[in-house]
Amino acid sequence: MTDPVSGLIYVFIFPGFLFLFIYALFLAFLDRKIAARMQQRVGPPFFQPFADFIKVLGKEVIDPAGVDRVVFDAAPLVALAAVMTAFLYVPVTGNSPLAFQGDLVVVLYLLSLPTLVLFLLGWLSRNIFSAIGGIRAVTQLFIYEVPFFLALLTPALMAGTWSVSEIVLWQQKNLWFVFLQPIGFIVALVGLQAKLERRPFDIPEAETEIVAGPWTELTGRRLAVMDLTIDLSLVVGSALVAALFLGGPLIPWAIAPAWLEGIIGFLLFLIKTLAVLLILSSIKVATGRIRIDQLNDIGWKYIAGASIVQVGIVLVMNYLWVYA
Amino acid sequence: MPEVVIPIGPHHPALKEPVNFRIIADGEKIVRLELDLSYNHRGVEKAAEQRDFIRVLPLLERVCGICSHSHATAFAKGIEEIMQIGIPPRARYIRTIIAELERMHSHLLWLGVAAHLIGFDTLFMWTWRDREAVQDTLEEMSGNRVHYNINEIGGVRCDLTPSQVNAALARLPLLEERVNTYVDMVNSEETLLIRFRGVGRLSKEEALRYGTVGPTARASGIDYDTRKDDPYLAYSEAPWNVVTDSNGDVFGRTRVRVRELQESLKIVRFCLENLPEGPIRVPAPKNAPKGEILSRYEAPRGELAHFIRTNGTDRVERIDIRTPTLANWTSVAMCLVNRNIADIPVIVAAIDPCLSCTSRITLVDNQTQKAGVIGFDELIRRYRSRNPEEV
Repeated sequence: MTDPVSGLIYVFIFPGFLFLFIYALFLAFLDRKIAARMQQRVGPPFFQPFADFIKVLGKEVIDPAGVDRVVFDAAPLVALAAVMTAFLYVPVTGNSPLAFQGDLVVVLYLLSLPTLVLFLLGWLSRNIFSAIGGIRAVTQLFIYEVPFFLALLTPALMAGTWSVSEIVLWQQKNLWFVFLQPIGFIVALVGLQAKLERRPFDIPEAETEIVAGPWTELTGRRLAVMDLTIDLSLVVGSALVAALFLGGPLIPWAIAPAWLEGIIGFLLFLIKTLAVLLILSSIKVATGRIRIDQLNDIGWKYIAGASIVQVGIVLVMNYLWVYA
Repeated sequence: MPEVVIPIGPHHPALKEPVNFRIIADGEKIVRLELDLSYNHRGVEKAAEQRDFIRVLPLLERVCGICSHSHATAFAKGIEEIMQIGIPPRARYIRTIIAELERMHSHLLWLGVAAHLIGFDTLFMWTWRDREAVQDTLEEMSGNRVHYNINEIGGVRCDLTPSQVNAALARLPLLEERVNTYVDMVNSEETLLIRFRGVGRLSKEEALRYGTVGPTARASGIDYDTRKDDPYLAYSEAPWNVVTDSNGDVFGRTRVRVRELQESLKIVRFCLENLPEGPIRVPAPKNAPKGEILSRYEAPRGELAHFIRTNGTDRVERIDIRTPTLANWTSVAMCLVNRNIADIPVIVAAIDPCLSCTSRITLVDNQTQKAGVIGFDELIRRYRSRNPEEV
């Protein structure tokens, strides 16, 4: 990145933090609206997530007795910062100017942080519901994280690079990974759903069992920031899946003016993330919550198994065609 | 992880009504359960002793919002039996229609709540939407959605016009179609099966030993339904079957309830189509002769028993209400042991607890095997001895 002004614009305005914020609230609205229509409800107006955010932000911040206030305040911000940073490496209009070899690992690592923060919050809250929720969050992390990582690393294996942007470039030259690695795509979607703690994986915050899990003692701006973090994770996660499996914002043909290519790339980004969201919302509506022991069974028996099979298939394909 | 105590209630998102129990858990496994009933004492029985029969009926409807007709009918049935008056056939049919519509809306509500408790909100929204058709019918017939207040001693308060009957009949095909959908869903929807199967299992012997009633007992294979065993209203005339199931778990209880919806629809259709002509009430005397009666009624949650003692005046000397939820509570405590924390809400919900019905104090002393009701002074004395610092 040569020009510092365009760099700053990239990080802070478009397609950086400001766009991310707006798009996250829009996706949150769309998620709720789709779910509502499928459940024969009316659903919220489009500004509802924003209104909720402002409202919760303005509420009183309550410190549970005996809580370490500094850590309790800082933890949600750490999660927010991690997710926002992760977004900078995901291609939106074209390739990310910040891309480097191995940014895929960084993105995955940063996306794991909110879960750890949730565990920390649950542990700090000094509340039995929060503690159980926090433990469940970490248990769940250990179950879905392995297949999720394996599924997202298989495109890297085949493309021979650890950079999200270069994986997108590889798909531009060859074929989308959703056709080459359908099992990996499904595992990635399931893992993303589990990472975002959406049904059927909302075990850590199951409201009818443990009130709100780690969220129970969060109030005011802490709750607002944590809610926003999950909304942002939805964007980053679906953008990541779109980039790794659906070819990202690039098309196989060159288009004359660069700005037009940028706009088309951006539109492709919107369409693909919305498609991923539609799948995630459908899963959410069509299922109930499973138990943590059932998730343990399903996760290690089938989801992890499927991802390992996918890795094996990719290795064979690499041996036969890609590097032959 | 060492044993932890998880307080559930009196205020908890999974509970719509106040009950208080403490779960002692080892990690995600429940070791035991400490039930603390009667958080909320309302004094309904005492209030009922101080009103004449006409005013008791609306009071008893307020014992419970969901089964309001059950309480009023059980009471009216008992008083009519003491007075030895028979109500006209048309009144019997109208009471039956309301009773079965009430059972339908209660079961649909339960199905939605059970789905919500396992996080399956789609079914929750759907059943509650379809429940509106039942509620609309009830509102058309009685003027109210919840407290129908259709009963009077000696008959019913208002008649059904032909247009009301036709409107109700017109709604039945839609309900039948939706109920059939739910029967299919309960039997085949993976997300329900995975959470309901094998959860909270009660064998037939256990169900008998803990004195369960209603769908809880019938799901364990006990063929026990007051409507068949001790027929009242129009149940001996309408064509219907007692629904039982052999599973004995939450899955079985769900299956019993959805199939009871089908049976209720059959009864409602029969009663609407064969509504006898004639008066809707007979004049009842003001005072009831001295007597005692145990009036049994199959409420949506199971057998409801009203013990009524009259003393020749226009008031009851004593009324004791034994609600189905109270009969089923012990089985819940037994079902929960060794289960997962995540199963608590759905096991508790599987008996369809109606806590507002149940919260009245009866004390059973374990050592002396004596049961009795404790008075207000005694209550205060016990409270003070337990919480000396608050006095």
